[in-house]
Amino acid sequence: MIKPNKAFAIAALTGGLSLVSASALARDTVNVVGSSTVYPFATVVAERFGRNTDFPTPKLESTGSGGGFKLFCAGIGTQHPDITNASRRMKSSEFEMCQRNGVEAITEVKIGADGIVIANSRKADRMDLSLRQVFLALAKDVPDPQGGDKLVANPYDKWSDIDAGLPAKEIRVMGPPPTSGTRDAFVEIAMEGGCKTFGFIEAMEKKEMRSVCHNMREDGAFVEAGENDNLIVQRLAQDKDTLGIFGYSFLMENSGEIQASTINGVEPTPDTIADEQYPVARSLFFYIKNAHAGVVPGVQEYAKEFTSEGAWGDNGYLVDVGLIPNPRNVRLETAKAVRELKPMTGNEL
Amino acid sequence: MTDPGSQAELVRRSLKRRYGKERRFRLYGIAAVSVALFSLAVLFTDIVSKGYTGFIKTTVTLDVHLDGELMYLNDASDPEQMAMADFQAPIIKALQEYFPNATSRADKRELSRMTGSYASNQVRDLLKENPDWLGSTRTIEFPAHDTVSVYVKHAGDPGYSIRLTEQQQRWTDELLSKGVIDTGFNDVFFTSGDSREPSNAGILGALVGSLLTMAITLVIAFPVGVAAAVYLEEFAPGNRLTDFIEVNINNLAAVPSIIFGLLGLAVFIGLFGMPRSVPVVGGLVLALMTLPTIIISSRAAIKSVPPSIREAAQGIGASKMQVVLHHVLPLAMPGMLTGSIIGMAQALGETAPLLLIGMVAFIVEIPDGFFSSATVLPVQIFIWAGSAEQGFVELASAGIMVLLAFLITMNAFAIWLRKRLERRW
Repeated sequence: MIKPNKAFAIAALTGGLSLVSASALARDTVNVVGSSTVYPFATVVAERFGRNTDFPTPKLESTGSGGGFKLFCAGIGTQHPDITNASRRMKSSEFEMCQRNGVEAITEVKIGADGIVIANSRKADRMDLSLRQVFLALAKDVPDPQGGDKLVANPYDKWSDIDAGLPAKEIRVMGPPPTSGTRDAFVEIAMEGGCKTFGFIEAMEKKEMRSVCHNMREDGAFVEAGENDNLIVQRLAQDKDTLGIFGYSFLMENSGEIQASTINGVEPTPDTIADEQYPVARSLFFYIKNAHAGVVPGVQEYAKEFTSEGAWGDNGYLVDVGLIPNPRNVRLETAKAVRELKPMTGNEL
Repeated sequence: MTDPGSQAELVRRSLKRRYGKERRFRLYGIAAVSVALFSLAVLFTDIVSKGYTGFIKTTVTLDVHLDGELMYLNDASDPEQMAMADFQAPIIKALQEYFPNATSRADKRELSRMTGSYASNQVRDLLKENPDWLGSTRTIEFPAHDTVSVYVKHAGDPGYSIRLTEQQQRWTDELLSKGVIDTGFNDVFFTSGDSREPSNAGILGALVGSLLTMAITLVIAFPVGVAAAVYLEEFAPGNRLTDFIEVNINNLAAVPSIIFGLLGLAVFIGLFGMPRSVPVVGGLVLALMTLPTIIISSRAAIKSVPPSIREAAQGIGASKMQVVLHHVLPLAMPGMLTGSIIGMAQALGETAPLLLIGMVAFIVEIPDGFFSSATVLPVQIFIWAGSAEQGFVELASAGIMVLLAFLITMNAFAIWLRKRLERRW
């Protein structure tokens, strides 16, 4: 009765420890981390790459852009990821962090663009908003409507309270939660953009300005709808007085039921997003750790698959999932940079 | 002194009230049980009614003429030619047999979206395995495209929106009536890893990942937990240090699981340089998380062994160690096992600590060892529940059913073990 128990315990312990020490470090799978916005595109490429080549399917982790850079820049070696995705450009501070940790040669790949739309049901009238109006409708604290450089709790209940030209309907907007990359981008581009149209806010110190611009209202006019953009789309189709905030790809899939508001007079279309005429647009990137190419099998090949015309071209399979492609000349140039693994200098940031 | 008659009267009068009280008390209990049962029933009905369609797959079975000319291929054993060949063309051609009028570019595009996105890969893999098939006609079963599958399974269900064009709907109806499009048991779900295409996605990768992770957790947490409990209960001197350790173990049991993830990230990945996303690290983190539970329940089990047994053993000359190993441990074993299983069940459903050590990831390959990248069942469910494609809704619910089945199997095994080891005194 006892002996086997004891033997088991000892075997289990030593077995466990020897496994730990055997920590095999060679790796044959490409590791990708980074933005949750790029994740749906990158997973499609990864799966195709795994099925069409003899390389194993790359492993993708959705860590957010900032988290991705942190992991990516931690160092050279197979315990660190090979590629990081980002829904914004690398910051120069991040580039320096990479340099400090020995991640010197990095290739930047701009994969395309993504727009964030404010949409409502086709049964209602199309809204025409400016970033300033968006900020006034959704910020927690707004400049006093009576005038003066004072902030007051958001007093607006109806769109017409902000501007007589807007419909006399209650402000009700559904959007993504703070954990979402779409929310980050919306807050940074749309809210901050609208907020900075007020001179005294722009004159504030950066930290204070951000806290004013980035705080969404919590009195029920802005509803956090969870990460599932599908749910927002379904709600919009049912309720014609609600607006929703989500990525352009969801608008495309549901254009039968919902329509996008124009912002500063520009309608979101693949063209206006690609040339950044539409104000709430951002570029998507990924970054390759050049030192890992040729060490971890498949790193460069995966990047080549991503930058092939069949994937990110005008008729590529990434367009089907909602990517807005770069103009062809940018694509050709970037694809060449990937083939040559042209490193960044740091000056372009 | 008091009048016995009025005393009895007092009791009789209060009797009705006391009976009433008791009845109400019982009713509260029944109500509580009913609420619990009702919630459970609602949960199960919801999961099963949403998820049972996840076990059904939609297939398109076509007689594909593997025409070399159409695919730009004259030797299927030449890898260079294979890389450049067009494997979608014969599939479209086979569908055109049914719809000879669909010849425009747009029509062809719609036809190619009847079968899943990886249908051409399937043709290529078949040709790669059997190069002599080139030129012959073969019957191949393809998974249907996600949108077709949603239409076949959920047309008319308000929870789903049909994304097929009207032409595609007509085609689907006709192919259904001809038996080309059919539904069957979804074996893909049990034999493959994750995919971005619902019709190709399976739970096997996550299931294997969970098994590997749980194996590590059990192998670390059970022996360490039991050893700690035995020492604390039987050997440790009753001083302040012991009290301090006790208090800390009890506190650890209430620490949010994400903290253990942070610990794992800092120690196992940061300090020891172990790779991310591997079952070893996941298992170690979950082992740390379950340790307090196992120690506490094991101590309770050891405490419940009657002192008379210890005294009797010592009385006939057994040493302290013999008492513990020969008598206390075997008697406490059922209780320890129960505690361990509770801890393991908790670990099985955990996602938060795994997020930090990289086990929340898109992984297609089935893990083949403790050091290959893996996810676990709850993570897979979480990933599917957040995916945009409609087909993943039912897969997420189907995944929950698999997770529950896993849990029930584990519990059943524990109960069986307990029954075998149980002794009466």
